[in-house]
Amino acid sequence: MDLSGEFHVPLPREAVFEALNDPVILGRCIPGCQTLERVSENEFDADVLAKVGPVKARFRTRIAVSNLNPPESYTLSGEGRGGAAGFASGSADVSLETADDGTVLRYVARVQPGGKIAQVGSRLIGGTARKLGTDFFSRFVEIVTPEAPSEEGEPDEKEE
Amino acid sequence: MAESGIGASVPRTEDQRFLTGSGDYTDDTTFPHQTHAAFVRSTHPHASFTLDTTAAASAPGVVTVLTGADLAADEIGTLICGWQVTGKDGEPHKAPPHPVLAVDTVRHVGDAIAIVVAESARAARDAAEQVEVSYAPLPAVVSMRDALADGAPQIHSDAPGNLCYDWEIGDRAATDDAFARAHHVARLDLVNNRLIPNAMEPRSAIGDFNPASGDYTLRLTSQNPHIHRLVLAAFIQIAPEHKLHVIAPDVGGGFGSKIFIYQEETAVLWAAGKIGRPVKWTADRSESFVADAHGRDHESHVELALDADGRFLGLKVSTLANMGAYLSTFASCVPSYLYGTLLQGQYTTEAIYCEVKAVFTNTTPVDALRGAGRPEATYVVERIVDQAAREMGIDAAELRRRNFIPADAFPYPTKVALEYDSGNYRLALDRALEIADYGDFAARREASSARGRLRGIGLSAYIEACGIAPSQVVGSLGAGVGLWESGGIRFNPTGNVLVYTGSHSHGQGHETTFAQLVSDYLGVPFESVEVVHGDTEKTPFGMGTYGSRSLAVGGSALVKAMDKIIAKGRKIAAFTLEASEEDIEFSGGDFAVAGTDRSMNIAEVAFSAYVPHNYPLDELEPGLEETGFYDPANFTFPAGTHVCEVEVDPETGTTEIVNWVAVDDFGNVVNPMIVEGQVHGGVAHGVGQALLEGCAYDADGQLLTGSFMDYTMPRADDLPDMTVETTCTPCPHNPLGVKGCGEAGAIAAPAAVMNAITDALGTNAIDMPATPQAVWRALSE
Repeated sequence: MDLSGEFHVPLPREAVFEALNDPVILGRCIPGCQTLERVSENEFDADVLAKVGPVKARFRTRIAVSNLNPPESYTLSGEGRGGAAGFASGSADVSLETADDGTVLRYVARVQPGGKIAQVGSRLIGGTARKLGTDFFSRFVEIVTPEAPSEEGEPDEKEE
Repeated sequence: MAESGIGASVPRTEDQRFLTGSGDYTDDTTFPHQTHAAFVRSTHPHASFTLDTTAAASAPGVVTVLTGADLAADEIGTLICGWQVTGKDGEPHKAPPHPVLAVDTVRHVGDAIAIVVAESARAARDAAEQVEVSYAPLPAVVSMRDALADGAPQIHSDAPGNLCYDWEIGDRAATDDAFARAHHVARLDLVNNRLIPNAMEPRSAIGDFNPASGDYTLRLTSQNPHIHRLVLAAFIQIAPEHKLHVIAPDVGGGFGSKIFIYQEETAVLWAAGKIGRPVKWTADRSESFVADAHGRDHESHVELALDADGRFLGLKVSTLANMGAYLSTFASCVPSYLYGTLLQGQYTTEAIYCEVKAVFTNTTPVDALRGAGRPEATYVVERIVDQAAREMGIDAAELRRRNFIPADAFPYPTKVALEYDSGNYRLALDRALEIADYGDFAARREASSARGRLRGIGLSAYIEACGIAPSQVVGSLGAGVGLWESGGIRFNPTGNVLVYTGSHSHGQGHETTFAQLVSDYLGVPFESVEVVHGDTEKTPFGMGTYGSRSLAVGGSALVKAMDKIIAKGRKIAAFTLEASEEDIEFSGGDFAVAGTDRSMNIAEVAFSAYVPHNYPLDELEPGLEETGFYDPANFTFPAGTHVCEVEVDPETGTTEIVNWVAVDDFGNVVNPMIVEGQVHGGVAHGVGQALLEGCAYDADGQLLTGSFMDYTMPRADDLPDMTVETTCTPCPHNPLGVKGCGEAGAIAAPAAVMNAITDALGTNAIDMPATPQAVWRALSE
């Protein structure tokens, strides 16, 4: 299923791009992220707790950054393995465009669930994925926006 | 005797225990030292994989973790397909290996990868999650058309083009000729939707191994315990037949899905031998959705050629049939010999040609499901007949009448390899129309229309080939087994009777029907008859229950055994009554000397047989016990007409079935109440297919309808009150004159519903399941 969205970030494009490659920030943006660790130049391993309908599981996720075209665009892809719960893989093409008062961030994402998540949660995947996508990017905006002192601080505690 | 004999609606003996929760189901049994199994299953439709079982093996409570490599090391065989279909090219179908546990490649979501055995079911499940499977996804094919396309990903290296077989039946040249002469040709593209069987009781198995004797025991949900034993012994080679005891106790519904020899039951038995302890597994519902063989899944193009009077000159059918990822136990015969051979329907169609491509896809295997091939055939024939009627402006009932095989034309050789034995199709149609008040339909449609509703009426004049079947015939068509049945009658010294049958009852009520038959035939009280089935150490080798065969074949085997009992009883009575054997007449349980008042009841004969103090032992053996094996001369051909009337709400697309009439010819009927119940159940199954049930995979091969949240089974309020009647042309070639009734409703119903809906909507652009959304969409287009 395909998702897309658009956010406004009050920062110059270069700064936004840099933040999108910062594991600390990424870790704080991924909903349910317990740990995030850089394993190579463009790869991160994360532990993500997620719930799709009746299925709740810890997903061991490999996140990769590709198609790097700083500071305009990149592709963020991930594959989470949730054991018996199945798996979910997805990718998001993120593009940045300079705007009057900062940067417009756009993303087009595709999510593919597998195993039990698809079997019993397929009708809920759309809503869940949309929410996860919105949460990710709105947190990102919130975190990187300088004048907004990270409100009532609910970033996930664990960071690398 | 009348209230419990043949023809009486005796309440079902078995219902007392079923309805009070006292049935004896596989999962109810707990053996000492029993362990529990859980399966690691593929989450990918197609992938190569590697395994790491280290963490799982050391998890709490785990006894062992076994994989495909362990199976190979033990030289355990792969699962088999028991019916070899030969294609157009004269080559046998492709039956690629179906490992009990996948070795390095998985081919559908749910494919079993490893078995984890632990002290509790919970521990087994927890540990199964710790088996590390590293998948390298391979491209998957989900739709049959994609699978057949050039350059499609290949599922099996030994099935090029993902083609299992390309098969044909009938006379192509004669059919082409018929079309060349046609006044009118009706054409339709039809999808027969994939169904998930969903028996109420999920599959379950307990394997056990006795190291002292070397004996294996498998207690499981099976429709045919002897076939399980045969395949596990002769092909998969876990244990020789005489060292393997298979028990199928009470089974909560099968519908075909419990015929097959699956991965899980096999693995459980083998694992029990490895650890020397009982191993139990019971599927949860999610597993049933991905691991029970699915049913149907055809795409067909059909054309019917008619002359100016509406006579059927020729029928041409081209079908794609989905086999899923592997060839299941009887999968190959379903869309071929159980399908193409039924395309004659009830009609005198002069030429028929049918070709079927069976296709592998990365989906759960597909095999026989209630009706198995025959619902698909009836759907094709009955939909195109209605289509032709509409296009030619001939009433749908009248068009059928013009083309029916006349009642005096039997035995009737069809154009597709069968010989119909008996029938009176017009009688059933006319009676069904009378009950359904067909003549007044126009007025009812008008009344509906005044309320803003669309009313439609649909007929389905179905036929099936049941009582599967003569061994010679099925053998010549590729079946790997004989298809006779066994029956045994044992009189106890006190005069009561144990009846042993190779058939298996999993909801059909055999304990009642067979007891009625024996009680009536031998003149013993109904209460004195006990039916024993489902245990390879108790009953003679038997072929089991499917294809509506139990009474026609299994019942007839009992008749053979009972005839031997009567012959023996006659000898005993003649000796005891000091008469000549020829003068002994048997009637109503009494052996009487003709023309005298001297007689002996069969219970006295039995007692005498076990107390043979003065028997002339060189002429007369003690005991009263006989076994019969019956191999029929032909299939049986139940047929009839179902009429469905619907009202559609064009605003919401909701279809309500407002009337249902079923007039079926099952030959003689032993228990009318049970027969009516079987029709009700069958119709419910068929209505489910037509309106509600539709298995869906996404384009990547993930099962989307994997729970009751997304896969809709019919409920009571989806079904109308039904009027069920029978007509009777007795089957001429079995001693009971019976034909079988278990599948008829599921065969007849889908076409009746869809003919009614298309009649109401005035469009053919709708496939099953005709959900409110689909109906609404068809109306909007």
